[in-house]
Amino acid sequence: MNPSPETIAVAAILFVVLAAYALFGGADFGGGMWDLVAGGPERGAAPRELIDESITPVWEANHVWLVFILVLLWTAFPPAFAAIMTALFVPLSLSLLGIVLRGVGFAFRHTAQRLRLRQLTGATFAASSLITPFFMGTVVGAVATGQVPVHPSGNVLAAWTSPTAILTGFLFVAACAYVSAVFLVLEARKRGQRGLVRYFALRATAAGAVTGALAGATFAELSASSPYVFHRLTGISLPLVAVSIAAGIAVLGMLWLRWYHPLILRATAAVAAAAVVWGWGLAQYPYLFPTSLALRPGSAPTATLDAEFVVAGLAVVLVVPGFALLYYLQQRGLLTEADSDDDLRMAAQVGSAAPGPAAVVEPEPVGARIGVAAVFVALAVRAIRNVFAPGSRRG
Amino acid sequence: MTHVLAAGAVNPVPARSQMGSSLGFHIILACFGVAFAAVTMTAEWIGIKRKDPVAMLLARRWSKVMAVLVAVGAVSGTVLSYEMGLLWPGLMGRYGAAIGLPFSLEGIFFFLEAIFVGVYLYGWRRLSPWAHWWTGMPIVVSGILGAISVVAANSWMNSPAGYTLTHGKISSVDPVSVFFNPATPYEATHMILAAYMVTGFVVAGVYAVGLLRGRRDRYHRLGFGIPFTIAGIAAPLQVMMGDVIARFVANNQPVKFAAMEYVLSTQRDAPEWLGGILINGKVYFGLSVPAFDSILVGFNPHTKVIGLNSAPAALEPPLDTLIHLSFNVMVGIGFFLFALAAWQGWWWWFHRRVLMTAWFLVPAALSGVAAVAAMESGWIVTEVGRQPWIVYKVLLVSQAVTPSGGVTVTLGVILALYAILTVVSIGTPMIMSRRWRREGPGEEDAEQVPYGPSSAPAGRAGAARAEPRAPAGRAEAP
Repeated sequence: MNPSPETIAVAAILFVVLAAYALFGGADFGGGMWDLVAGGPERGAAPRELIDESITPVWEANHVWLVFILVLLWTAFPPAFAAIMTALFVPLSLSLLGIVLRGVGFAFRHTAQRLRLRQLTGATFAASSLITPFFMGTVVGAVATGQVPVHPSGNVLAAWTSPTAILTGFLFVAACAYVSAVFLVLEARKRGQRGLVRYFALRATAAGAVTGALAGATFAELSASSPYVFHRLTGISLPLVAVSIAAGIAVLGMLWLRWYHPLILRATAAVAAAAVVWGWGLAQYPYLFPTSLALRPGSAPTATLDAEFVVAGLAVVLVVPGFALLYYLQQRGLLTEADSDDDLRMAAQVGSAAPGPAAVVEPEPVGARIGVAAVFVALAVRAIRNVFAPGSRRG
Repeated sequence: MTHVLAAGAVNPVPARSQMGSSLGFHIILACFGVAFAAVTMTAEWIGIKRKDPVAMLLARRWSKVMAVLVAVGAVSGTVLSYEMGLLWPGLMGRYGAAIGLPFSLEGIFFFLEAIFVGVYLYGWRRLSPWAHWWTGMPIVVSGILGAISVVAANSWMNSPAGYTLTHGKISSVDPVSVFFNPATPYEATHMILAAYMVTGFVVAGVYAVGLLRGRRDRYHRLGFGIPFTIAGIAAPLQVMMGDVIARFVANNQPVKFAAMEYVLSTQRDAPEWLGGILINGKVYFGLSVPAFDSILVGFNPHTKVIGLNSAPAALEPPLDTLIHLSFNVMVGIGFFLFALAAWQGWWWWFHRRVLMTAWFLVPAALSGVAAVAAMESGWIVTEVGRQPWIVYKVLLVSQAVTPSGGVTVTLGVILALYAILTVVSIGTPMIMSRRWRREGPGEEDAEQVPYGPSSAPAGRAGAARAEPRAPAGRAEAP
């Protein structure tokens, strides 16, 4: 009764794309949230500008991940897609509302010239950044708890308003804020804005702590609401969960030590987010809806899955070189953002030059912090082992 | 067919209205996604090849407008992906394994397009002229391939192929036959030509307004000439293609064709109706050309044309008048645009000039709106004409529609939001153009000064050489 290798392969692709969206889309949404809480027009000007500069080049591409998820789901797992879309019509519509409002706010705030209008569109953009991940979280919570009926006859409010689903919603919001703040620390550092490095490091730490607490609460809630997923999370998925927790703690440690290595910090934060997504995927196996709809009856015929595999291959062959080119040109400084109309106008008005190249951030004395961090890491490792040791034996 | 007639109790009208308005909105932006890069690159090509700073400036500015429109299109495209599931779970749940395939391919092309629009937009300053030009090529190619993919999904709904049903469930799929179903080549060509016409005529229309207001400089003549030429080449091809497609529809979806042409009952010597309203099986206020419809379908007045009465009343398309008049509007505008292009083409052949008479410029200024109206009418014909089927002769709309409540609410919200998005996507280029006009066509270089790189930007080499002003005044980057 095991699903075919093709099914597993396509499900794996789906979870790779999901992790990518969680990371890039998450950073994108999180940016909007930090924009929301940045304060008045003067106090919040500097962080807002940094957020804007960091999001502008990527926000379009993030829609592509979402579209890929939808398309993969409806092509490879049509019954599950139809059931989710029917039962969770309300939260999905609300998350879509957030996406459209974000687009409107984003496009408009760049053309709006009066401060009032700018503030209004900016607030729209920021508030919708909160709506979308929250409701997407409730959708994931509803699926993970197996509350989505296989043949729903309409909206199922109970599915996405269960404590687990609501908690997952908040978890998504916190996770987006966390991932985004970590990325923004690095963006600020790249631009040599030390004040903003501290600003976002502090917020990343806070968001990381909240994310951890919410993850713990969701996890505890799952033990009652979805015994199957909980059992597997503490069993076969445990290594992934442990990696995620360890990476999350490592990021907090690095932030605390002010060791902002562009690649390592980013990668560790990415691992923290991706590992938990994959842990969830593995915990659901072999079910699309635990435990009512299994992968095998829920998946499309083999030829479709093969075709999806080919499409994924094509995507790698075509899109990866495209991205590589984009990255290469960006790193070589061949893509200048100055060409955006807004910048041109602002520059013409102010008559000032563009911000100079990134100033070098001087290393700071960190001796004592490393010592404390070592103790902290040791404690964290022990804590993880204590929490999960019985679970892993059970699994 | 009886199981099909025993349809669900849900009223599909709000869902259909929402899908129709979302698609009707997105398709305009999609046209620019497909064709604007080619228009811009033509201007850039002229700019580089002939060292023409005016063409270069146009290309630069168009690329900025393109970025805005692609951004809004990304949002409205995401909305459509959602709606496929939110509104039509019955379609996606049953046939997602087939119809999802072309959408998957489209995802790749959309991705490529998004990447290269970014490179093209931000690469103006530092890339060498030809390197920059080539970064636009993937946008053109992925625009066309993406259009084929999405249209293939719609074609599949008109002529479903490439799948086997077992107990009402798809048991096997032939991806190639799904993608290249019989309608794909016709619909895809039709849509790509339409995209080039819409983009070309809309952009040309903007500059025609400028010409009418007396701004008859080279900037406006070129800004009119380049897109108008591209659209003008597409126009006659589209008229020919339309004729071929009409015959395909007459064979493939005869009931849709009957509604388009008011063929009430299956007959020989079928008349061609121009205009007219169909009330209780009788055409009022229409102009009828005897036997011409039969001639168009089979090149012979005695060709038998299948009529509306061939389908059971429950499976007849609704709103025949809307379908027929939309069809007439599309064909009429198609010929009008063809004539307009032919007039300018003839003038260009003998005089090498853009026509400056108001008799030409006023219709030319309206050509963009007309092209959009024609395309929207075409979509009304194909979508309303397929009713009550969502997948022709396979699945009814009422079987596919979501049983979830709340579609009326989402419909209202979508309409309000799209009104705002429309303002954004028309307003933003207008604000840009007003600013450009204040600055004058020659000042783009001066405008760049604060951000100027250390040397004369390679990307502007062609322009800089032709420009009398030396680039020495550029600020050195720190």
